[in-house]
Amino acid sequence: MTIEARNISFRYGDKPVLQEVSFALTSGCFHALLGPNGAGKSTLFGLLTRLLALQQGELLLARQSLKKQPSRAMRQIGVVFQQNALDLDLTVRQNLQYHAALHGLSRKEARVRGDRELARFELLERANEPVRKLNGGHRRRVEIARALLHEPSLLLLDEPTVGLDVASRRGLNEHVRALCDEVGLTALWATHLIEEVRQDDRVLILHEGKLLADGVGHDICKTKGTRDLAETFHTLTGAG
Amino acid sequence: MKAAHYWHCFVGIQTREWLRFWQQRTRFASALVRPLLWLVVFAAGFRAVLGISIIPPYQTYITYETYIAPGLCGMIILFNSMQGALSMVYDRELGSMRVLLMSPLPRPFLLVTKLLSMGVVSVGQVYVFLLLALLVDVEPPLWGYLAVLPALVLTSLMLGALGLLIATWIKQLENFAGVMNFVIFPMFFMSSALYPLWKMNEASPWLYWICQFNPFTHAVEAIRFSLYLEWNPVAFGITSGVTVVLALLATAGFRPQRTRILGTKPA
Repeated sequence: MTIEARNISFRYGDKPVLQEVSFALTSGCFHALLGPNGAGKSTLFGLLTRLLALQQGELLLARQSLKKQPSRAMRQIGVVFQQNALDLDLTVRQNLQYHAALHGLSRKEARVRGDRELARFELLERANEPVRKLNGGHRRRVEIARALLHEPSLLLLDEPTVGLDVASRRGLNEHVRALCDEVGLTALWATHLIEEVRQDDRVLILHEGKLLADGVGHDICKTKGTRDLAETFHTLTGAG
Repeated sequence: MKAAHYWHCFVGIQTREWLRFWQQRTRFASALVRPLLWLVVFAAGFRAVLGISIIPPYQTYITYETYIAPGLCGMIILFNSMQGALSMVYDRELGSMRVLLMSPLPRPFLLVTKLLSMGVVSVGQVYVFLLLALLVDVEPPLWGYLAVLPALVLTSLMLGALGLLIATWIKQLENFAGVMNFVIFPMFFMSSALYPLWKMNEASPWLYWICQFNPFTHAVEAIRFSLYLEWNPVAFGITSGVTVVLALLATAGFRPQRTRILGTKPA
């Protein structure tokens, strides 16, 4: 199951935020959506998750319009938002059960899947603790575990490492890459941090609402005549 | 999606509302302190000032406490519904509203379920209030406690839908405080919650008509009549009609992009 964007444009009032953005994600791969702050990454995520209504262009999920089959799309997509979306007063397990219920899963099923995901993220022993007691890195892991609960084929992560220390950032990034390898998940990881992206990743560079590059890291560098992705990112956006 | 999916979702949203409510137990206490103060202190003071004649559904002269008890039931639901709407703004700012909207189930179903979940919590509080009201001799017939349930649920839905409609148009918590003053207090004071409408008519005919057009008046009357085992089709009809209109407006008008739901600020 893959997602394709065709000529997506979006504006807030008179201000264009995305302009003619087109791309297709490859099934089972890790993708990095690289762009400085204000590039339009969150807006793109809003469109992919239907939190924003599409103004222009088309979004396709398995070659069918996402607009025409929103329920199917939401079953296939897991999301980790940039800002914390966990209920801090509830326990880890209660948060997972709530999410599972929203996807129509029974309590029993939610418990089995929740424990499986928590074990994967080494958080099973903290299942009954309020989220408020967890550190930032662990909360992020819970959010990813929650996003995987309904077994989506596509995982969208909007700057998931914001506010985390270097070790937690690296750990989280490796976890998601491992998921792509192990369970064939397609991941779209939005970031403005070049160190979270590898040369052999599929990279999409977004700047001021325009998609400036789309391809495997080395190929982009070869085309742009740059040494590495950091230089490419700096050349294209002035950031980094 | 099958019926079982809807059921699990419904139960999940209800459960979360109760868990949140349990986490915020002081909310429960404060929601009861307000109407109890009105019942015990305000009513004691006004009992001597306001004479209540025999009016339906009452069969005889009643104390002022007995008269305002149904209005205070409405007050609990009114404040709770607005607090519920507040929690939706809060949820939106913290992101859990985004989690709700990521469900594959239809948004109108999710929003109406959310309203119901808030309503059920309010109804529970009303029953605790009615039990405490026994201490000041507010003693409706025993079956009245059961008969009033549909009126309480209907009132919760109506005011919840109003709260949702307001929350849809409010972008930030700060703006909400102002709306509280423009919605809660006028609705409560310009209704039959504290004084019978004939008394209002004697004092000011134009205020009387405002009270008549206030749907909260009819919700309070539906509660009052049901609690005393009387059927008031006008009050029920108006409350049901307003509930349907508000629920349709609130669910149809709900647009996440009107808000800062993504943490992005429209230009």
